[in-house]
Amino acid sequence: MRWQLHHPPGGGPAEAAYAYTGGRAGDTSLPCVVFVHGALNDHSVWTLCARWFAHHGYNVLAVDLPGHGRSDGAPRDSVEAMAQWLWALAEAAGVGEAALVGHSMGSLVALQAAALHPERVRRLVMVGTAYPMKVSSELLDAAREHPESAIDRVNAFSLSTLAAKPSYPGPGNWLHGANRILMRRLQSACTSVNLFERDFSACDRYGAGLQAAAQVCCPTHFILGERDQMTQPRHSEALAQALQATVHRLDAGHSLMAEAPDALLGALRTALA
Amino acid sequence: MPGHSDPGFDTLALHAGAAPDPATGARAVPIHLTTSFVFDSSEHAASLFNMERSGHVYSRISNPTNAVLEERVAALEGGVGAIATASGQAALHLAVCTLAGAGAHIVSSSALYGGSHNLLHYTLSRFGIETTFVHPGDLDGWRAAIRPQTTLLFGETLGNPGLDVLDIPGVAAIAHDRGLPLLVDSTFTTPWLMRPFEHGADLLFHSATKFLSGHGTVIGGVLVDSGRFDWEAAHARNARFASLVQPYEGFHGMVFSEESTVGAFLLRARREGLRDFGACMSPHTAWLILQGIETLPLRMARHVENARKVVAFLDAHPMVDSVAYPELPGHPSHALARRLLPRGCGSVFSFNLRGSRRQGVAFIEALKIFSHLANVGDCRSLVIHPASTTHFRMDDAALARAGITAGTIRLSIGLEEPDDLLDDLQRALKAAQKAGA
Repeated sequence: MRWQLHHPPGGGPAEAAYAYTGGRAGDTSLPCVVFVHGALNDHSVWTLCARWFAHHGYNVLAVDLPGHGRSDGAPRDSVEAMAQWLWALAEAAGVGEAALVGHSMGSLVALQAAALHPERVRRLVMVGTAYPMKVSSELLDAAREHPESAIDRVNAFSLSTLAAKPSYPGPGNWLHGANRILMRRLQSACTSVNLFERDFSACDRYGAGLQAAAQVCCPTHFILGERDQMTQPRHSEALAQALQATVHRLDAGHSLMAEAPDALLGALRTALA
Repeated sequence: MPGHSDPGFDTLALHAGAAPDPATGARAVPIHLTTSFVFDSSEHAASLFNMERSGHVYSRISNPTNAVLEERVAALEGGVGAIATASGQAALHLAVCTLAGAGAHIVSSSALYGGSHNLLHYTLSRFGIETTFVHPGDLDGWRAAIRPQTTLLFGETLGNPGLDVLDIPGVAAIAHDRGLPLLVDSTFTTPWLMRPFEHGADLLFHSATKFLSGHGTVIGGVLVDSGRFDWEAAHARNARFASLVQPYEGFHGMVFSEESTVGAFLLRARREGLRDFGACMSPHTAWLILQGIETLPLRMARHVENARKVVAFLDAHPMVDSVAYPELPGHPSHALARRLLPRGCGSVFSFNLRGSRRQGVAFIEALKIFSHLANVGDCRSLVIHPASTTHFRMDDAALARAGITAGTIRLSIGLEEPDDLLDDLQRALKAAQKAGA
C-alpha cells in the first residue's frame, strides 16, 4: 500500500511511501508492527512473518525505505534520516503507537526511531544487529569500484549454509540466488546514488546508538543468529546491556528471516506478546 | 561456508540444497515418499496454507526431496529458485501457462524439439494461445513477430536437431526492449556448458530426463527463474503480466510481485500451475536426478570430449554429406558458439548421410553400441532418424525450417570408450555404403 508524504523529512517534494501490509488491508484500530529491512533489501525479506502478524490481530507495515523498491525519494544518507522518514510514514498511515522490528541496518533505524518518540513505541526488536555496525573500508571501497562483487561478498557472508530448510518464502527457493538478485536489482534500480555504498556507509557512521538506547523506555528484544558473520552476536552485547534487552539466539546466520523463518516467528511472537 | 563468494560449480553440484538429515544423520538426500506432512496444530496448518510460514503440505505442491533438486538446479543456473515437474514438457507448459492465457501470443524459435513444437503450434492454439515461429538467427524476424498480445519469447539454447545456437543476448535485448521475458530450453547445454541467465535469459527449463539425470532412467523437468525480470515495470509498460502483479482470487487475493520481489513468477507457478495442473515430480524421480547431477561436471566433460572425436571422424568420412556441430567452422552458428559455449557444444548433433533412404536404414540397423531410440543425454550413445520419429508431425516446410532432411540422423554421444564408438560408426557406414551398391 502507498501513502503520500506531503512534507517528507528533510524537505523536498512530496514522496510516495510504500509498505507491505501482510496480505490484508491495514486497520489502524489494531496494534501496529512496523518491520524495517536492512541494507540493499526491501519489504520482501519480511513477508512470511508480516503475513502471520497481519492475520493474527495486528496492523502490519513492512516498509520499503526511500530508494529501496517501491518507495519514492532519494535513499537517506543516515540512520537518523531514515528514522525520521519512518515516523513520517507512520503519520501518513495513521499509526500512533507501534512495535518496531528492524533487521541489520533496519535495526539501527528502529532503535533511532524508538529514541525519537519513545512514548509511541510499545516494543523494540532488533534482529541481526550489532553496535557499532562498522563496515570495513575494504568493503566500502569494493562497493564504490565493483558493487556486484561487493554484493557477492555480502551475500556469502549473510548466509550460513547451502541448505537452509524449508527455505524462504517457500520450498524450492535458493537463498543465495534470491538474496544476490534482490540486492543487484535494488542497486541497479537506484540511479541517483550507489545504494550499496550509501546504506553501508550509513551503518558504519551511525554513532548515536548508546545515546538512543538511553531514551528507549519500552521492552527490547534482540534476535541474533548464532552463525552470523555480518553482525556477530558478541558485537551486540554492550548495546543489549544498555537496553536491558532479552536476547534470543537462533541457529542461523545474518539472514535470519530466510534461514530460520519459523524460529524467527517464534521469537517475534514472544517479543511482541 | 561462509566464504568470500559462493562455492564453485562442482561443489554446488554435490551440496547445494542438501545437508545431513537432522532427524537421522543420513548424509545422502533421503527420499521422502509421502503424500502429506503432519501439522503441528490447527494454527500451524492454517498458517502454512496462507503462506504465513514456509513448509510442506502436500507433495503435489512441494516435497523435501524435490526441494533439494529445485535448489540445486537453481544454484547451478544462478537462479532464485526452481520447480520440479513431471517432464520437460510439463515445465514448458507450466512456464507458458503461468504467464499466458487465451488471447496471448508467443514468439518462438522454429528450431525446436518436435514435442515443444506440437505443444505451441497445435495444442496451445486450441486454448487460445498463438505462436509465431521465426528462424532463431533472424533477429529482425524476432522483432517483427512481436505483437501487442505477445507475452513471451522462447527458444532452445541449442536448437533441435540442427544445433542453431540461440543468440540469447540478441534475442533477450529484443524481448527486454518490449518489456517481455525470454524463456529458454537449456536441456542440450546444461548449466555446465552455458548459464543462460548470465547472457540475458529470464526463465529457463530443462528436460531433466536428459543430461541432468544422465542415465536414461526417469522422466522429469525443472523450471528455473532468474529473478531478474521486473514484472511490475514490464506490466506498467505493456499490461501483459496481470497474473503476477494484480490480486489473484485463486489465492486469497495475493499479489505475487508484492509477496516476493524476485520470486513472483515461481510463487504463482507453484501456487496455481503446479497446484491446479498437477504435473508434479515423484520424489523418487527427484532423487535419481540428484544422483545424476552429482556427477554432471564429470559427465559433461566426457560427453563433449567424445562428441568432438565422433564429429571429427564423421566430418572426414566420404559417406557423410555434412555434420551439424557448431564447433565446425562451416556451421552457421560457429561464431556464436565460440562466444556463448566456450566449454563445448554438447554431445547431441545430427549429420546428413549420403545416399538413399534405404542406406539410412542400413546404417541405423548396423549399429551395435548406439541404441536406436527416442532420447538424448543418456550415458549410453543413442541414434535416431528425426524425420520419421521425433519430428514426424512436421510437414516438409516446417522440417526444412528446422534444418531436417530425410537423410538427417541424430546422434547422442555417450560415455563409452571413444574408439569403440568410432568402430561402431565405421562398420555402420560401410553397411550403408554396401546397401547403395
